[in-house]
Amino acid sequence: MAIPEYWREIKHRYKLEAGKCKSCGYIVFPMRLICPKCQNQDFDSINLSREGTLITYSVIRVASSRFVNQAPFAVGIVELKEGVRILSQITDCNINELKSGMKMQVEFRRIFDDGSSGVINYGYKCVPM
Amino acid sequence: MQQDIAVIGIGLSRWGELWEQSLRDIFVESALHAIKDSGVDHIDSMYVGSMSPGLFNNQEHLAALLADYLGVGSIPSTRVESACASGGLAMKMACLDIMSGTSEIVLAGGVEKMTDVDTDGATLALASAADYAYEVYQGVTFPGLYAMIARMHMDKYGTTEQQLAEVAVKNHLHGSMNSMAQFPQKINVDAVLNSVVIADPLHILDCSPITDGAAAVILCSAEKARQLKLHPQIRISGLGHATDTMALHSREDITALSAVEKAGITALKMSGKKIDDIDLFEVHDCFTIAEICILEALGLFPKGKGGNAAASGKTRFDGPMPVNTSGGLKAKGHPVGATGIAQIVEIVTQLREQAGERQVKNARVGLTQNMGGSGGSCLVHILEAV
Repeated sequence: MAIPEYWREIKHRYKLEAGKCKSCGYIVFPMRLICPKCQNQDFDSINLSREGTLITYSVIRVASSRFVNQAPFAVGIVELKEGVRILSQITDCNINELKSGMKMQVEFRRIFDDGSSGVINYGYKCVPM
Repeated sequence: MQQDIAVIGIGLSRWGELWEQSLRDIFVESALHAIKDSGVDHIDSMYVGSMSPGLFNNQEHLAALLADYLGVGSIPSTRVESACASGGLAMKMACLDIMSGTSEIVLAGGVEKMTDVDTDGATLALASAADYAYEVYQGVTFPGLYAMIARMHMDKYGTTEQQLAEVAVKNHLHGSMNSMAQFPQKINVDAVLNSVVIADPLHILDCSPITDGAAAVILCSAEKARQLKLHPQIRISGLGHATDTMALHSREDITALSAVEKAGITALKMSGKKIDDIDLFEVHDCFTIAEICILEALGLFPKGKGGNAAASGKTRFDGPMPVNTSGGLKAKGHPVGATGIAQIVEIVTQLREQAGERQVKNARVGLTQNMGGSGGSCLVHILEAV
């Protein structure tokens, strides 16, 4: 992972920074330049809440090399209080006991490492409440 | 369509793990078959769909390379990319080229040489069809994305793992009657359910394989085809193309493939047909759940009712709405860029009544549906025997 590529996503991955359309109120995450609902280009910056609901999930048993040491691990789509959905790992849980509708807390976690001298990549993961 | 376009030649390379053949050789093999089948002595231009020769083979600039090795001199050649829908997109661009009057006889092809990287390399290359920064970064794989669609379909509509498995069983039955299929073995539901789990609830036998392969078709105006008189005429009567959100999690309904629905509606409207007028379908069963969601999006089954399609026998080659008579991506193989063109090859084979054991009786109108990513792109084509 190139440093600038990592650095410019920090606002999203660390702080859940999103944009609320000044015209229609639609929330975009990550931030974008144009509202997909009304094409307005003005947004208020907001931070998303760290609570949500599990919409659907899977357990990745065959992972790519970057995540192979973590497999099996759960992933899911979580709808946050504001209605925004994110895809993230579901961690600190029994992967056999996940159910759609479970309440989730969004936490700041290490995602993967780029080897011993590379970037340590952080971001969000969800944990059942 | 504004102008009738005919498919006058079809060709496939061998499909499978082709260790001894290169990307360019596979493509040329399919193109030569198609040109020979058509009887034309030249082509005016070519369009080739390929998802990621850069990641699979460290080779970009495919358009010039393939025209060079096809020995067609200096004709205009274009490579197009829309992930796993690249082949379908090549088909559309070839049609537009003819409709614009720029070219008379056009080759539409697709190729992917996937086994020059190991399974991890292929997984990473395929993952580039998802949102890299917001899906792949989190560790999800393509089977993982479709697994989440499957989980939601099961939770919402009561679809079962057995019903998913029935899609694979049906497509392998069809593949067993196709000499070109990569995996022509018949399988049963227990084999699917006992196979290794890749991403719950999807087993490896719910997934299409990694394949080397190419496909090509020769297109021209219907007027030109009448002059050539080599085959019963096959006419392209409709095409549709649509996109959806890149990230699966951005969709209001995770199980609804709205790009498929929109492309289907556009193609049907253009052809003046209703979905009930279609005699057979080749659809993008990259995973078993995909076939179920596609049939719902095309309107063949009400939303949530597609789960029982394969189990009921309705989508078998001898049923009322045959789906994936070629064996589909599941059994025939899925060299991603080639798939959209290979679907056209199967429909033409059926409309020419040359499909042998798996021939659909009285097949007059066929539909192909080719999809990229988790449904972010979709191409639909409708073909008719004249």
